[in-house]
Amino acid sequence: MNAPISSFDPFALVETSAAQVRVASPCGRLSLRARGDLAPLDAALGLTLPEKIGQRVSVGNLEAICLGPDEWKLETETGAVAGIEEACAKACAELPHALVDISAREVSFVIEGVRAAELLTLGCPRDIATIEIGTGRRTVFDGATVLIWRDGENSFRMDVWNSFAPHLFALLDTGCRELAAEAA
Amino acid sequence: MLLIHCPYCEETLPEAEFAHAGQAHVVRPENPSAQSDEEWENFLFIRSNVKGPHYERWRHVHGCGRFFNAVRDTVSDRFLTTYKAGAPRPDLETLTGEVK
Repeated sequence: MNAPISSFDPFALVETSAAQVRVASPCGRLSLRARGDLAPLDAALGLTLPEKIGQRVSVGNLEAICLGPDEWKLETETGAVAGIEEACAKACAELPHALVDISAREVSFVIEGVRAAELLTLGCPRDIATIEIGTGRRTVFDGATVLIWRDGENSFRMDVWNSFAPHLFALLDTGCRELAAEAA
Repeated sequence: MLLIHCPYCEETLPEAEFAHAGQAHVVRPENPSAQSDEEWENFLFIRSNVKGPHYERWRHVHGCGRFFNAVRDTVSDRFLTTYKAGAPRPDLETLTGEVK
C-alpha cells in the first residue's frame, strides 16, 4: 500500500490577517512519464494531457499538470488511484509509460489570504506573477523542490515532500506572522 | 542573481532553479575499449577552461528537470544563448556579434 500519510492534522496551522496556511486533506497523487503519441493515455484517463509546462487540465476529480516535456502529475481522490492505475496499465501495450503512485510522498499546504502571493516570495526566487491563475509550476522554495498550484489571485496549493514539510511550514508560519505584524 | 532561459519551459527564470552540469558537447566514444589510455583520459577528465564564451550544460533541476546547453561568457557571466540538448552547437560569431 502507498497510502497518504501526514505528520500534520488537517486544520488551520496558522492564520493571521495577512494569510492562512493549512494542510489539505490527503489525496491520491500519481507521477506519469511518457513520450510519443499520448492518445492511448488520454483515452485511459478520460482527459487530454496538457502539453505545455505548467498547464493544468481537470475532469471530475482528476487533475493533471504538465511538469516537463514528458512528465505529468495527476491528483485525484485517494480511492480513485487503483482505478487509474488499472486503466493506464491496459494502455501500456500501445504506449509504454511509467505511472507511479506517489501519494505517500507529499503533503499539500493550502495558502490563502490577502497577502498569500507575497508570502510565497519569502522562499521562492521566481516571480509569483508569472504563474498564471489556473496553472502551476514546479519550483524551489527555501531550498526544497515544491509544486505550486495557483488556484486564484491569492489562493495557492503547495505540494512538498514529507521530510521538508516541517521546515517549510516553519518559514510560512514566520512569514504569516511577520506580514501581519507589518500591517498592524 | 542570474536569469536563465530554459528552452523547455520557454521562460526566463532565476538561477536558483538551475544546476550547472559541466562542459557541453563532450561525446562518449562509440567503442571505449578501442581507446588508448590517453584518449580515454581525455574523454573522462580533460576539460577546457575557457576565458570568454563557454559551451556548458545546465539542468533545470527545480523545474522541468531537463538538461540543456548554454553558452555563457565566463568573464561577464552573461548567457549568450541556451538551447535544447541534442541541438547543434550554435555559431559563436553570430552570438558574440549580437552582443556588440
